Amino acid sequence: MSLIIETENITKKYDDFTAVNSINLKVPKNSVYGVLGPNGAGKTTLISMLCTILKPTMGTGRVNGYDILKQAKEVRESIGIVFQSRALDDILTGREHLEMHASLYGVSHDVRQDRIDEVLDLIALGKKADEYVKTYSGGMKRRLEIGRGLIHHPKVLFLDEPTLGLDPQTRESIWEYIKNLNQAQDLTVLLTTHYMEEADKLCDEVAIINQGQIITADSPKNLKRELKADTITINVDSPQEFVEKIQGLEFIKDAFLMDGEVKLLVEMGENLIPAVVEFASQEGFPIKSVELDHPSLEDVFIKFTGSKISSEGK
Amino acid sequence: MAELEGIYTIWLRETKRFFRYKSRIVTSVVTPLLWLIIFGTGLGAAVRFGATAGGYKAFIYPGIVGQTILFTSIFSGLSVIMDRQYGFLKEILVAPISRPAIVMGKALGISTAAVIQATILLLLSFIVGVSMSPLVFISAMIVSLIMSVGLGGLGLVIAAFTDSMEGFNLIMSFIVLPMFLLSGALFPITGLPSWLQAAVYVNPLTYGVDALRSIILNQSALPLGIDVLAIIIFALIMIFVAALLFSKKEQSLM
Ligand SMILES: Nc1ncnc2c1ncn2[C@@H]1O[C@H](COP(=O)(O)OP(=O)(O)O)[C@@H](O)[C@H]1O
Ligand SMILES: [Mg+2]
Repeated sequence: MSLIIETENITKKYDDFTAVNSINLKVPKNSVYGVLGPNGAGKTTLISMLCTILKPTMGTGRVNGYDILKQAKEVRESIGIVFQSRALDDILTGREHLEMHASLYGVSHDVRQDRIDEVLDLIALGKKADEYVKTYSGGMKRRLEIGRGLIHHPKVLFLDEPTLGLDPQTRESIWEYIKNLNQAQDLTVLLTTHYMEEADKLCDEVAIINQGQIITADSPKNLKRELKADTITINVDSPQEFVEKIQGLEFIKDAFLMDGEVKLLVEMGENLIPAVVEFASQEGFPIKSVELDHPSLEDVFIKFTGSKISSEGK
Repeated sequence: MAELEGIYTIWLRETKRFFRYKSRIVTSVVTPLLWLIIFGTGLGAAVRFGATAGGYKAFIYPGIVGQTILFTSIFSGLSVIMDRQYGFLKEILVAPISRPAIVMGKALGISTAAVIQATILLLLSFIVGVSMSPLVFISAMIVSLIMSVGLGGLGLVIAAFTDSMEGFNLIMSFIVLPMFLLSGALFPITGLPSWLQAAVYVNPLTYGVDALRSIILNQSALPLGIDVLAIIIFALIMIFVAALLFSKKEQSLM
């Protein structure tokens, strides 16, 4: 598995405040990689350094094999960026944005028109493609920006909080879109977010960052598994007695009643459901329903930092 | 080649913006006409101005052309501040093209707008009773072009130091207006008190206005060659400084 982005102790200080603190990021090629953290964690600062628009105070990194300090131009040619804040011109049309981008990135003339058509197709602006951007909805603007970042066929697409400020429905459609992108072409997506759900649903791997440092990094599944805190929820007759009985089992870390349902805390819940069901029928408790809940990335964050990632705000 | 395309791309965007903001084009022609017709006629009636064939109105005509170039160039240069506020500057600055190419593209876009406005005013010269041969017309356009590159460059330099449009009024009061008033656009620059004379001669706009007056009215304080040399040097310095600033301050511009 080769790495397309790799940093060595990359650090950014503003006076004596450390915004990014000695981060070693490893992003596998062709993955969707998430940098998850609360506001002010240093996500934008980290991405800006990787895009060569901000000089690290210490450390360095490589993107697509190019050094971000010494080969800024090559790095820029390898990447597409969607900034956290809008970067569109109100009085140009969507198509003109794409044309302009293609020529700024030196896309050759024989393929230019095809690329633009291809992207317009993908971002589904329809007739709006030839109207001024000021008439676009938030979701359309976002799609245009993402599409624009793809015109020059970058190896890495950076998305800084791609769904910030969008309504839930638009957010889902952007997720869908990002997933498809990554499957359709030779492309690595590095996105930052403070939405747990976004990191969970979209990313192959997630680095959780807080106060400028990576606190842990793995696939969302492994991160949650490591918490060893799945919850099995069971509906049975006479739940109180069932709780008393099942508490004796060795793999049950805790068992209690909540709102008339039995909650069992276990590790690797998916493997234990058969045993629980079997135990219940042996002991003569007919089970009405069983449900398994994995912990969320929020729980992971809480475990490492003792605080919550605030879910809203800018 | 890639650089040329970069310059062209930036230029194209500036020019599109110019043509799409219709109100700007209208005001840019109406304002100078008000100056010529009202100020020129009003003051022209009050002062005896025998030095110029068409009187005071004709005298300030090249000055008002210079004023239009000044305002359009500086304000177009300052549009970089808006680009920064609306975020579009990032899209340009993060592209793999050189900073001097960006500055050149901007400056040429600014000149295009300024020269178009100057041309409209030159076509309206009959209003102040000045007639123009094609040669005079073309020469005046060339001088306008050189002036607008320099002043547009100055606008870019100022923009590189200005974070928000709040600085706009300061720039207006402390740079643009003094440049206009001290350029000899409204009065002859010979025979002034020496402190005023000095201020007039450090003002780059003075040389542009003097060159225009020399071409259009055949009347000037300095030889045309000196004027043109001065505005060329000013333009080169401004483009150079702007390109340098955009390279050095790249991070803080984004
Ligand atoms: N130019 C700057 N000067 C000083 N502090 C900054 C600057 N840019 C960012 N910071 C600080 O660095 C921290 C990380 O910011 P940022 O990377 O934008 O966080 P995130 O994108 O994760 O919300 C914040 O505390 C922010 O206030
Ligand atoms: Mg951010």
